[in-house]
Amino acid sequence: MLVFLLLRLTPGDPAAIMAGDAATSEQIERIRAGLGLDRPLVVQFGLWMKKILSGDLGESFYFRIKVTTLIAQRLEPTFALATLTILIAVMVSIPLGVLAASRHGGWFDRTLMGFSVLGFSVPVFVLAYLLIWLVSLKLGWLPVQGYARLADGFVPFLRHLILPAITLSVIYIALIARVTRASVLEALGEEYIRTARAKGLPEIRVLVRHALANAAVPIATVIGIGVAILIGGVVVTESVYAIPGLGRLTVDAVLARDFPTIQGVILFFSFVYVAINLLIDLSYVFLDPRIRY
Amino acid sequence: MNILDNWSVRIGGAALALLVLVAIAAPWLGTVDPTLFDAASRDLRPGEAGEITTLEGETVKHVFPMGSDSFGRDIYSRVLYGTRVSLVVGLTAALLALFFGVICGLSAGYIRWLDGLVMRVMDGIMAIPAILIAIAVVALWRASLPSVVIAIAIPEIPRVTRLVRSLVLSIREEPYVEAAVSLGTPTAKIMFGHILPNTMAPLLVQGTYICAFAILLEAILSFLGVGLPPDIPTWGNIMAEGRVQFVEYPHNVFFPGVFLAITVLAVNILGDGLRDTLDPKMAKRV
Repeated sequence: MLVFLLLRLTPGDPAAIMAGDAATSEQIERIRAGLGLDRPLVVQFGLWMKKILSGDLGESFYFRIKVTTLIAQRLEPTFALATLTILIAVMVSIPLGVLAASRHGGWFDRTLMGFSVLGFSVPVFVLAYLLIWLVSLKLGWLPVQGYARLADGFVPFLRHLILPAITLSVIYIALIARVTRASVLEALGEEYIRTARAKGLPEIRVLVRHALANAAVPIATVIGIGVAILIGGVVVTESVYAIPGLGRLTVDAVLARDFPTIQGVILFFSFVYVAINLLIDLSYVFLDPRIRY
Repeated sequence: MNILDNWSVRIGGAALALLVLVAIAAPWLGTVDPTLFDAASRDLRPGEAGEITTLEGETVKHVFPMGSDSFGRDIYSRVLYGTRVSLVVGLTAALLALFFGVICGLSAGYIRWLDGLVMRVMDGIMAIPAILIAIAVVALWRASLPSVVIAIAIPEIPRVTRLVRSLVLSIREEPYVEAAVSLGTPTAKIMFGHILPNTMAPLLVQGTYICAFAILLEAILSFLGVGLPPDIPTWGNIMAEGRVQFVEYPHNVFFPGVFLAITVLAVNILGDGLRDTLDPKMAKRV
């Protein structure tokens, strides 16, 4: 239902964008007529809507190729970066969150919570430059920026991607660790935890099998919500590390006032965001057998 | 518990007060006009002395505590004046988002037939990541202070709306609202006079978080080159200009970055403290 809503609601903005700026320069005026932008807004909107539904996002003003082709070309780096980031974030944050919950009120818990506020507050690009300066310039371990395709070998691919992914994962880790801690803490207060402990189960088994498993739904939810932060972060990170992905394309398109590309990318990102959250909604059935649709 | 007994409120509030003071007192803190430049003082490292030409054409000696950029402008002055822009953007964006969020949330929560319509629109906005909405709005209008503030505030409105709506839905069942209704009090007076005051504490907390996010988002937009025009000294703009020669002169990115991180951290800590003291229920949830 949300996907449907999204498709109905988002086209309003880009259509307005196209009409709003077109009147400012003579050059665009000519292109405008060529692209049919001089027709009434409602007609444009109708045509655009029809195209969207048949999977056509129009042609880029700047690159002179189809927006769908453009997005497909830029997809690999962004997809790789996002996947690696989520992997790192989930692998680091969930153990940290569980550990903090099991040491509730202790120094580890407080330090982690302190760091998570810090993680929310340090801007992605400041962190990016800090890491470039430390890891790439001072220590010389990794390349400063750029991107290597997966087809060119796995090692260079990973060497170019690991620093951006770490940069991007920090805020995500802060977010997931906080929610993991809170929901595991809540689960630890339940009766069945006392039962499990009374049975003499090892603490690690109590924490993972009993507490974490029951805390899975809110954690999955926040991973989904965090994708919005991730998309915002991708735009910034790709710009700093000069990765030719979708985020970079967004910024380039805005600077070139390339409206079909801007609206295509925004629509694509929103679609991905909604689709991921839909998948997560569906995964509740597996995470919590009590939930049925 | 008194608000000022909370250490988060004390630390965050004090740091923020200091930043406000810096923003107000910027002209008297040994700064020069942040737009002044001097070709002879380009790319100075922090602490080096050089000279700067004033608008009257006079050349005066000036020490650059944070170095200078590739135009020969004083980073220290630009960073201090940038504090003003960040705080103004954060505060106005938060107020704007709260204002529209409260109106939408009150109407959705109290006037039942509006609920479906308002909340579907909000769902639609929430489906697009905040930064993309902001970029789209700035692309639509010419980049200026008001347009950037609006661009940052729009994606925050749905969050405020949802918060206010959920609060209103529980408050409207309270006996004092029922009493006001049976006395024939006009709907507008019930909404703004009886319900609104009881949503203030959570709204204040939410407003603080929006303020922190707005400061961050403004810097990101400016950094990407789609925010405020480059002639306005903002932290994002300083970093955008400094990034080209980051390898040789990291100070151009470093100093504004530290200021930005400290400011956002201070506002976030203040928000956490306010949440713990004003809104114990919310503190338990997060």
